[in-house]
Amino acid sequence: MIKRIVDFFGDEKYVNQRRRLFYLVLVVVVVADFLVHREHAQYLWDRLPGWSAAYGFGSCVLLIFVSKFLGHQGGLMRREDYYD
Amino acid sequence: MTDFVHPALLFILGAPLIPLLKGTIRKAYVLLIPLLAILAVLTMQPGSYGAAQFIGQEILIAKVDKLSIVFATVFTIMALIGMVYALHLTRAGQHVAAFVYVGSALGVVFAGDYLTLFLFWEGMAFASAYLVFAQRGEQAIRAGFRYLMVHITGGVVLLGGIMLHAVATGSLLFGPIEGEMGVAAYLILAGFILNAAVPPLNAWLTDAYPEATVTGAVFMSAFTTKTAVYVLARAFPGTELLVWLGTVMALYGVIYAVLENDCRRLLAYHIVSQVGYMVVGIGIGTEMAVNGATSHAFAHILYKGLLFMGAGAVIHVTGRRKLTELGGLYRTMPVTVALYMVGAFAISAFPFFSGFVTKSMVVAAAEQDHRALVVLALTMASSGTFLHTGLKLPYYMFFGVDRGLEAREPPRNMLVAMAMAAVLCIAIGVFPQPLYALLPHPVDFEPYTGVHVTESLGVLMFTALGFVVFLRALDPENTISIDTDWFYRKGARYFMWLAEKPLARYEKAVSDVSETVALPFLHGTARAGLQIDLNGVDAAVNGVARSILRGGGALRRLQTGVVTHYALAMIVGVIAATLVFAVAWR
Repeated sequence: MIKRIVDFFGDEKYVNQRRRLFYLVLVVVVVADFLVHREHAQYLWDRLPGWSAAYGFGSCVLLIFVSKFLGHQGGLMRREDYYD
Repeated sequence: MTDFVHPALLFILGAPLIPLLKGTIRKAYVLLIPLLAILAVLTMQPGSYGAAQFIGQEILIAKVDKLSIVFATVFTIMALIGMVYALHLTRAGQHVAAFVYVGSALGVVFAGDYLTLFLFWEGMAFASAYLVFAQRGEQAIRAGFRYLMVHITGGVVLLGGIMLHAVATGSLLFGPIEGEMGVAAYLILAGFILNAAVPPLNAWLTDAYPEATVTGAVFMSAFTTKTAVYVLARAFPGTELLVWLGTVMALYGVIYAVLENDCRRLLAYHIVSQVGYMVVGIGIGTEMAVNGATSHAFAHILYKGLLFMGAGAVIHVTGRRKLTELGGLYRTMPVTVALYMVGAFAISAFPFFSGFVTKSMVVAAAEQDHRALVVLALTMASSGTFLHTGLKLPYYMFFGVDRGLEAREPPRNMLVAMAMAAVLCIAIGVFPQPLYALLPHPVDFEPYTGVHVTESLGVLMFTALGFVVFLRALDPENTISIDTDWFYRKGARYFMWLAEKPLARYEKAVSDVSETVALPFLHGTARAGLQIDLNGVDAAVNGVARSILRGGGALRRLQTGVVTHYALAMIVGVIAATLVFAVAWR
């Protein structure tokens, strides 16, 4: 059973099914965020349904590009023999 | 039965026996001791044990309360899991080191005074360094020495703080540091946050852990930083500085993880990030925040151990550690993939996994304390955590480009150990109440609310979307990243270069100047001196001598041989001397 699940995420032949499942999950998560009951919203963004999705996506993109910028332009990434 | 058996003693006194045992008996023994230790922790009663006097100071070997019991519980559980994972080792050395390491960590957790704490603290550093040295490669040995150097320095700073604190307060007893933060408190804090790997004192961790043995790294990921979290929670709850250090830390680890190519170094950077949450919790210092930090440490030890075991299994089987050289292993190692992913979901705080019920407590405590910026930063770090540990690392390690590596599932003991940790990760996520009951303060927190679930899933799934969209930008690169270890790896070299090149050149220049300028000058002056000596001084001396000779001839005439003349001359002399004294001296 474990092997079949893992294969589903790895094998090329399931690529379309994987993609459809992924989009479905994204839609369900956003829709659920609109339906869910919000009791105490402390911050402005707590009242915005879908905020967390936008923030998650934004954070991810920001982290990738800020880090890579620091790595390449900021000189943090060096050749492997840098310390030798 | 006694109320208290010190679990540290079980490990430390039990360690020397390991090399004497062979085969199955040894295997049974190295599992029996952690089991006994778990039993000892479960049955112990809160209280103070082993009070004594030492050089006129009160010593308290063991102080048992709820905070120490939580940490001891997870330490002993992790010791058992780690020993199962390392069961296939044929040499005893690593088992002994692991025992002493775990025992020392437990010693710190129960230490009632600073002296006991310090002794076990140093024991931890030395025992864990062995787990790096045991890898035996040149790279590992160098990293091991750096690791030791940093920890010994940290130990000295801590000891200095302890001494100043003892002098100031007159007591070595370990507890919350009260009042104004003085030099002593800052030194102790520095010693503690070094072990917690708070930037800029974090580089020892990400430098050494990936160089340790496959089994050793599993132990290391669990104990050093979490004992530091424990001592911080004990001594510095509510220290504002820690909130900001922790927030920076949570993002720092995540940013470096983007750049990392070594699979275990990437995980090590996520230790930095995750410990950041705990440090924030301690810094906030409310009951809920300390509960959050403590429970997160508990969950973290298990899932991080699991992740290190998964990455270790890959290294054990393939002998490779770089993401640029790995890929396509899901076909041959499906069980490892599945177990690793449980750890990945747990660290990413997916609902029904352990991170969800603990990390959220820290974030909720920050929210309750009206710290919007901290909440946003920690949420961003959560996104980064899933991005790397849950997506990037498994993608490039297990899926991605198939490098055609020959692989198989790791030895069964490794899989069993991973399964034990995985079961706990899920159990804590599904039934958080037993863990909540262990926490130092009463828990009034419900992780499974609708909003919380959808918000968490929103952040996580849309992080996944970002990953899918920008996958190419994340491709690992064959590089290493400069961290603060630069200062003692490259900086030290620059210092040596400074000593060898500019200083040596300066020294040579100085001697050149003395040869080309000073020496001729000295020769010249010497010659001039000789001339003056011969013509001036000698002439003067000769002249003086001649006049003395003449004077002597004249004086000779005064020598009459008559005593009264002499007596008269003496009296005249005395009178003259008296006159000179009376007139001139005054």
